[in-house]
Amino acid sequence: MCVPAILFFAVMSYLPMPGLYLAFINYNYSAGIFGSEFVGFDNFKFLVTSGALWKLTFNTIAYNLAFIIFGNILQIGIAILLNELRKKWFKKISQSLMFLPFFISFVLVGLIAYNILSYDFGLLNGILKSIGWEPLKTYSNPTIWPFIIVITFLWQSTGYGSIVYFAAIMGLDSEIVEASEIDGANALQRIRYIVLPWLKPTFIILLLFSLGGILRGNFGLFYNLVGANNTALFDATDIIETFVFRSLMNNFNFSLGSAVSLYQSVFGFFIVITANWLVKKVSPENTLF
Amino acid sequence: MARQRGTDFSSVAIRLFGYFFIGLFALFCLLPFLLVLGTSFTAEKSITLHGYNLWPKEFSTFAYKIVFENPGLIIGSYGVTLGITMIGTTIGLFIVAMTGYSLQRPDFPYRNRISFFIYFTTLFQGGVVPFYLIMTQWLHLKDNYLAVLLPGLMSPFLIIMMKSFVTSIPHAITESAKMDGAGDFKIFTKLILPMTTPALATIGLFIALGYWNEWYNAMLFLSPDLKYRPLQLFLYNVVTSADFIKNSSVSSNVQPRDMPLESMKMATAVVATGPVILFYPMVQKYFIKGITVGAVKG
Repeated sequence: MCVPAILFFAVMSYLPMPGLYLAFINYNYSAGIFGSEFVGFDNFKFLVTSGALWKLTFNTIAYNLAFIIFGNILQIGIAILLNELRKKWFKKISQSLMFLPFFISFVLVGLIAYNILSYDFGLLNGILKSIGWEPLKTYSNPTIWPFIIVITFLWQSTGYGSIVYFAAIMGLDSEIVEASEIDGANALQRIRYIVLPWLKPTFIILLLFSLGGILRGNFGLFYNLVGANNTALFDATDIIETFVFRSLMNNFNFSLGSAVSLYQSVFGFFIVITANWLVKKVSPENTLF
Repeated sequence: MARQRGTDFSSVAIRLFGYFFIGLFALFCLLPFLLVLGTSFTAEKSITLHGYNLWPKEFSTFAYKIVFENPGLIIGSYGVTLGITMIGTTIGLFIVAMTGYSLQRPDFPYRNRISFFIYFTTLFQGGVVPFYLIMTQWLHLKDNYLAVLLPGLMSPFLIIMMKSFVTSIPHAITESAKMDGAGDFKIFTKLILPMTTPALATIGLFIALGYWNEWYNAMLFLSPDLKYRPLQLFLYNVVTSADFIKNSSVSSNVQPRDMPLESMKMATAVVATGPVILFYPMVQKYFIKGITVGAVKG
């Protein structure tokens, strides 16, 4: 009964793996994979000496760290505050609204960003102009992009992420909370000494999982926000996935793209193993393997 | 949920802050949608003069008129996306359910090995280049809708989710069915599937949402020569290409300079996203269930 799934992963995931051999050749379409010249680590040398690899690694990790840190703070905060609220209708509606952005495609996310940021018609510049400020040339100014990308990410994933924390708070024994009240704990003390420690295991597991994926970028988000050819912004916004995609679709440099993918998979693998080893230490029942 | 009797100052203060902050964040999540909706109903002139606005300064349905003037393309895109979503979700759901169930059975000897075989794909990947070559040169799926349908069938995450859902079924039930002489497959279709309806709804919805919002594989494998392309790719082309607008202006007898470029993008977005937003309140609870079960492995 597992055969279809095994077949699926064999073809979709395992078959491409040997294709990473592309990283060691100078791929030439007409000669085919095995007819192309073997160049060993030349592709990697080029990536290192040109500084591309360092830049991509830095961007990918820095963005992911920002996503993890700000994402978790916001998710935990919102879950805790939701739990404090009394009015059922308010909780229901606000939860639904916060969850909504998770349901739309990245294409629409990109369009919404354009709607707000576009130089000529964007809502942001409309507001800036109306208060007499200079309009911003967002799409040619790399320095503000980290903020735009992180804010967009938080907009899209906070509602989704806070669900897990909210469910965890629901499992908190009400007797403990009541006992703390009788002992005269105020709301801040209740949150600090009961709710936050209660969420700690969930937080640690989620944190380690996301650390495991720290070299994996969110292609859809970056590609649709920045666009395919906006070179002015690449310094601040290029991540491993977008670079590999361009090497496939625009520059047809299959070998270079594969070299970056191989580097990503090998390093990512070590990071996951380490993260998993940490999970084992923290909570043995939550390890993946 | 703990029922606090919290009427002391600090509880009230936290609650007030909660209403304020959550209300603000919920608005922040909603406003962009209203912005797209509002802009789609704004006359192009007004956009050129005043930019995008939440509330149409000058109301107009012209953009929608142009979008539906030549409905063939958008109806075709809808057809492609609906077809892929229905077929893919049906097949994918069945396979995910089968796999999740069998990996959960304690009497299945290769359970752990197969679980690892599936999970390993999230750790180590070939990347997009070899994947592209396998799909195009090996399976010859360039310009074939299967190139969009196949990759979306399942994911390790969904199989793990199904496994967690099935855990709640007592093993004794399947044991007794086995005694009565039912085969594995029969147990699965007659016993397990009816018992896991909420789980199936959840996983099916996750797969369906993935197909509905799918644009990546479509962009990789479907070339512009293909007349009907999935909805999100159609939207992507409207948003990013001026050619598309030129073509529409030819077919709709509107002068290119009079084409409502900006409002048309937004109108297309509304048409492509509408169904998801309309269905969303009804299916939200299933997604919440799935996230809660699948997030931290049970």
